[in-house]
Amino acid sequence: MTAYPEVVIVGIGQEPVGEHWDTSLRELAGRALRSAMKDAGGLQPQAVYVGSMLAASASHQANLGALVCEAAGLAGKAEGVTAEVAEASSAAALNLAWQAVRSGMTDVAAVVGVEKVTDVVGAGQELSLLGASLDADYESSEGLTPTGQAALLLQRYLYENQFPREVLRGFAMIARNNAVNNPNAMFRRELSASAYNRAAPAAAPLNAFDIAAHADGSAALILTRADLVPRNLAHKPIRVLSSSLIAGRLAVHDRRDPLFFEAAAVSVRQACLKANLPLANVDFFEYSDSTTLQALLSLEAAGFAPRGQAWKLAMDDSLTLKGSLPVATMGGHMGRGFPLGASGVYQAAEACLQLRGEAGANQITHAHYGMIQSLAGTGAAAVTHLLAG
Amino acid sequence: MSMETTLHHDAESGKLLIPRRKVGITGYGAYVPRYRLPGGEIARIWGGDPDGLPVAEKAVAGLDEDVITMSIEAARNALKRAEISPAQLRAVWVGSESHPYAVKPSGTVVAEAIGASGSVSAGDWEFACKAGTEAMVAAIGMVGSGMGDYAMAIGMDTAQGKPGDALEYTAASGGAAYIIGPRQGSLAGIEAVYSFVTDTPDFWRRQHAIYPEHGQRFTGEPAYFNHVATAASTIMRETELKPTDFAFAVFHQPNEKFPRRVAKQLGFKDEQIETGMLSPIIGNTYSGAAIIGLTAVLDIAKAGDLILMTSYGSGAGSDAFVLKVNRALEERRGKARSTREYIANRVEIDYATYLRYRGEIVTG
Repeated sequence: MTAYPEVVIVGIGQEPVGEHWDTSLRELAGRALRSAMKDAGGLQPQAVYVGSMLAASASHQANLGALVCEAAGLAGKAEGVTAEVAEASSAAALNLAWQAVRSGMTDVAAVVGVEKVTDVVGAGQELSLLGASLDADYESSEGLTPTGQAALLLQRYLYENQFPREVLRGFAMIARNNAVNNPNAMFRRELSASAYNRAAPAAAPLNAFDIAAHADGSAALILTRADLVPRNLAHKPIRVLSSSLIAGRLAVHDRRDPLFFEAAAVSVRQACLKANLPLANVDFFEYSDSTTLQALLSLEAAGFAPRGQAWKLAMDDSLTLKGSLPVATMGGHMGRGFPLGASGVYQAAEACLQLRGEAGANQITHAHYGMIQSLAGTGAAAVTHLLAG
Repeated sequence: MSMETTLHHDAESGKLLIPRRKVGITGYGAYVPRYRLPGGEIARIWGGDPDGLPVAEKAVAGLDEDVITMSIEAARNALKRAEISPAQLRAVWVGSESHPYAVKPSGTVVAEAIGASGSVSAGDWEFACKAGTEAMVAAIGMVGSGMGDYAMAIGMDTAQGKPGDALEYTAASGGAAYIIGPRQGSLAGIEAVYSFVTDTPDFWRRQHAIYPEHGQRFTGEPAYFNHVATAASTIMRETELKPTDFAFAVFHQPNEKFPRRVAKQLGFKDEQIETGMLSPIIGNTYSGAAIIGLTAVLDIAKAGDLILMTSYGSGAGSDAFVLKVNRALEERRGKARSTREYIANRVEIDYATYLRYRGEIVTG
C-alpha cells in the first residue's frame, strides 16, 4: 500500500442546490470548478473528471469534458472526461480522479458533478429520464421509477419488520434540520413531526418528505498528492483514504434479497479494508437518502444496523449531529436537495467541511473519519469513500 | 410627494405608461356565475389530497353561459355605475383565453348587446391571463390620446383545465368590465401604468388544442413571481410609492399561495390584500382574476385610497396599475350588484354536473 502516494482534497466548490432556471449546465459547472480551484490556492488541474446522470438526455449535452474545461478557463490545458454511474456519477468521477492521482500519472485532478434537471419540464418526460438508472428491459419499461420502486420496497420492509411507519419521520427530520445551516441547501426550514405526519402520500408509503427533491446543482473538488499541497493553502488538506466502486445486480428481482443493498455492503467492506480502518472508527456517514428506503438500507448494508433494524436508529438521537453516528450532516439529499449525478461531489465537499472543522453550526465534535456513499439506481451500484482530516 | 410633478417627469422620461390626458375608471362591473365546484369533488374523483387543495372551490359557468354572455353582464354593471350612454363608448374590447370563436369577435356581440352604437372599435385581446388588463392599457391609451372619451375593457374567462390535471382545481369562470374615461368625474383616477414582459414560455395552448399545457414548477419563480414582483416594484419605485402608501393591493391569483407569497415578498400586509383575494372562493378566473379582485376592492374603498393592481399573463408579462379613489366611487358603486353579492349567490354542483355544464360528456 505504501507504494502509492496519499491523495488529498485541497479544494472544494459548491453552487447552491435548487431550481436554476436561468443558469445553464456550463455556467453551473464552470462556477463550481472555478471556486474549487480558488479554494485550492489556485492549483490548476491537468485532468477534469465530470459526473452527470442527465446531461446527455435532459440537457442534450454530451461532451461534458470540453464543456466544463472551457467554462472554467481550462480549454486546451487539461484532459476532460465524463463518468456515468447514474445517480452515483460524480462519486464515480471522484473514484477515477483518485486513481489518476494515486497512480502518479496525474499531479492535480478535478472532479465536477453537475446536473440540470430543470432543463426538462413535463411529467411524461421526467419519468422517461429518471427511470434511466433502473433496468430498461425489465423495470423502467414497466413504468417503474426509482421512487416508485423505493415505495414498493419500503412496503415490503414495513411488512417484514412490523413497526409503526411514523418512526421513519426521523430520517427526514434529521436531514431537513441539518440543512437549515447549510447555505447551499435547497430546504432551509426545520421540519416538525406534525408537518411530516400531515403530508399526503406521494408514492405510498413514502410521503413528500420521504423523497429527496430532484434539483439543479454543481460541486467540484481539486485532488492532488500530499507532497504537492500548496504551502499557502488556507485550510487543512483532507485525505482520501480509500475509494471503492462496486457494480452489483441491476434489477431488484435478480437479487437474492431485495431488501439488502449488496453492492453497498461490498463497497463499504472494501473501502474499510483498503483504508485499514474499522467501521467503528467512522465518525459520520454521508449516505444516499434519495428516499427513506435508501437511508434504511444503506445503514444496514454498511453494517451500522442489523438487517431489518435500521429504523430503530431513527427512534432516538443516534443519527443527529450529537449522536453516535451523525448522518446527512449538511442536510443530505432530503435537506440539501438531490442533484442526482452531482450529489456525490456535494457529499465529498460537505465531508471536507466537517473534517476541516469548517461546518459552522453543524460542526460535529471528533470529526476524524468520514464515510460518504453514493448509490446508483436502487442500490445497483455503490461508490464509497473514506476521508480523514 | 407631489404625484402630479413626479408623474409628469416620468411621463417624459420614465418607463411608466402615462397618457397626456388624465384618465380614470368611469365605471366597473363584475360577473361571477352562480355554480361552485368544491375542490374536494375533484379530489374525490381523481384521488387527490383533500387537505392540500389550491383553492376551496371554483365558479363554473352554466350551460347557457360563455365569455360573451358573461361579458355582457359585467359590461351592463359597468354602464350602470358609469352613468353614461353606451353610445358614448368608442371601444368595446374583450380579453379572454376562452373566446367562443377562434375567428369572429366577442367584442361585436357584446357591443351590440349593451347598446353601443355601431361607431366603436370592437375586438378581442389575447395575452393568457392578462388579456383583460392589456385591453385596459389600450383603453387608457385611446382615451388618454383623445381618440375617444370612453372605452370599455373586459377580462372574462370560462377557463378550462384538462380533467385530472392540476389546473382543473382552479380553472374557473368569471371576470369584470371597466369603462375608462376622463379623470374628471371618474370613480378612481389612473395615476400610473407599467407593463413588463419577457419571452417566458410557462403556459400555452397551441392552435387547435383543447386544453392548455404548462411547465409545472417553471410557472412559479421564473414566470409568475419574476414578472409580478418586477412590475409591482418598478411601478412603486417610479412613482415613489411604498407598500404602506396603499390601502389595497391586488395581484393575479392563479391559486391562493402565489398572490400571498408575492405580496409578502413585496412588503404588503395581509389586510391590504384580503379584500381582493377571491381565488380561494371562486378559483382562478384567468383574464378576470386580477381585475375582479379590483372590483371587490372598489366595492368598499374610500375616497383618497391608493390601490395597486398587478396582473400576470403567461408567456409572460405583468401590467401594474396605481389607482386613486375619488369621492364619486362612494356615491355610484351601489348602482350595480357588488362582487360579494355575486359570490354569495352560490349553487354547489357535483363533478358530474360540472362535466355536463362544461361540455365534457361525450354524447355520441
